[in-house]
Parts: sequence; structure tokens; C-alpha cells
Amino acid sequence: MTTALLDLVVQGGKATLPDVGVFAVAAAIILAGAVGVVVARNPVHSALMLVMTLFGVAVLFVLQQANFLAAVQVIVYAGAIVVLFLFVIMFLGVDKEEDITKEPLRGQRALAAALVALGTVGLLLLGQVSKWTTGQPHVAGSDTGAPNVNLLGKSLYTTYLFPFEATSALLIIAVVGAVVLARRPPATSSNSETAVAVPAVPPAGDHDAEVDA
Amino acid sequence: MSINASWYLALSVVLFSIGALGVLVRRNVLIMFMCVELMLNAANLAFVSFARTLHDIGGQVLVFFVLVVAAAEVVVGLGIVVAIFRRRASANADDLHLMKG
Repeated sequence: MTTALLDLVVQGGKATLPDVGVFAVAAAIILAGAVGVVVARNPVHSALMLVMTLFGVAVLFVLQQANFLAAVQVIVYAGAIVVLFLFVIMFLGVDKEEDITKEPLRGQRALAAALVALGTVGLLLLGQVSKWTTGQPHVAGSDTGAPNVNLLGKSLYTTYLFPFEATSALLIIAVVGAVVLARRPPATSSNSETAVAVPAVPPAGDHDAEVDA
Repeated sequence: MSINASWYLALSVVLFSIGALGVLVRRNVLIMFMCVELMLNAANLAFVSFARTLHDIGGQVLVFFVLVVAAAEVVVGLGIVVAIFRRRASANADDLHLMKG
């Protein structure tokens, strides 16, 4: 029975029972975390569930020989992005339980569930009928025996050099944008607690928003 | 090592669907952002599976770029949330009808 299950799951007959076990446990962790993000009432709990999902994805990266990406996943996602989320949640003070039993719009949840179920079934059927996943799975990249990090680095700085430089520009723009968004306008600094107050000299271009507020 | 890639893809589809459901159903802007992160992670998982199946390191490089773009997106998005919160004192997406005609 175990061999029948293995034949169902693996391709090429090279996977062992530990591989299947690791995949099953990681998949369970990922799905439990994802459901937790959606149903948690407290945003802090959602963020912690997100960490759980991200760790599960990192485990699956390791299982697919993408060791460097697994490390980056944990450092960047779990280490930086989720911490930023938690910082903003606690900075804004929205870490309260919220009532998720009442629907903001009538029939919204049923419609959303129907759309998502339709999309999920469609994608799964597409995966079944397509031939995308045939072939012998192996380590990504040409099989030269070089470690995954070497292949990734060489590819990043040769074939994908222009996108790499473009992402560096994107990061600079994002930093500048975040600073501009987060800083208080100097005109309202005298009564910074009430941000809705009309500043003495409203900056040009921001005039309509101030009047409306 | 060689679990069939279609299992990874099925997991990726389910993860993406849960994220999409969260974006559609939840009204808290921060939780909607987290659900977008779930969807990005589902795409990353599919990229890595295809990179392994098709012997192409390009999939993994693309995951690298997705990570960078996700970081930039979160920084700008949370900046917007903070800026809105200063004006409206609410993280509820339904309260943001300032530009409604």
C-alpha cells in the first residue's frame, strides 16, 4: 500500500518516504497558516500565521534544492516584511479583535467563495490536462554539479543583469516614496495630533483633499 | 527530492486561492496586504517547481525578483496605510471613499 502511494506521488521512482513526509507536513503547515491569516480576528495573529506559512514555503524550497532561496525567504519575508507588518499594526494601534461575523455587503462572501472555488477548480483541471509537469525532475539549472548558489549568482549577473539593476532602481524609488508618504507635512506640525485640521498654507496640489477632509 | 511537480502546483493553486479569498472577504487593509503576500508566495512556489522540472535556473532568479518587488510593495503600501490612518483613523477599506464621485 505504501509503495502504491509512493508511485502515485513521485516521479521517476527516486523519492523516498521521508521526502513525501516532509512535503505532506510542510503542505499542512502552509495551508493551516494561510487559513489562519484569513480567519484570524486579531491582525497580530494574522501576521504570526503568515510567518508559519512562509516557513512552510521555505521548507518546500529546501526540498526542491533551492537552498539559497529558502534562506532569503526566511531572512527577507519572515525577518523583514512580517516585522514591518507587526510594526505598522502596533504603531497604528489596530491590534484589537474585530468582528468578522457580519458581512459588509450582502452576499459578498458567498460570491467571493463561488468565484474562488471556480478559479481553483479551473486551475487544478488545467494542471491535470496540460503537459507542463512531465519530464524528469532534477536540480534546477544545467547539471554541472555546481551548487545552486553558484548557478543562481552567475545567472543573476549575466543573463538577468538588466532586471537586477532595474530592481535596485525600484528599491531606491520605494524608499524615497515611503519617506515622502510617512513624513508629516511641515505646515501641520503645529497641531500634529489633529491631522484633519486644514493647514495654514496648504501645499499646492493637496488643496482639494484638505478641503474635503 | 523528486516529488511530482504537479503536487507542488496543486498546493500553489490552493494557497493562491486562499489568498485571493482573503483579499475579497477581509476589509482590514493590513490583512488584505498579508493575503497578497500569500498569493505572491504561491507564485514563488510554482516558479521554483517549474525551475526544477524544466532544468532552468531562471525560475529561481525570478523568485528572487519577486521577493525584491514584494519588499518594495510592502514598504510603499504600509506607507500609504499610515498616511491614510493619519487622516481617517481607520484601517478599514470600506471607509476609504474620499474620491467617490
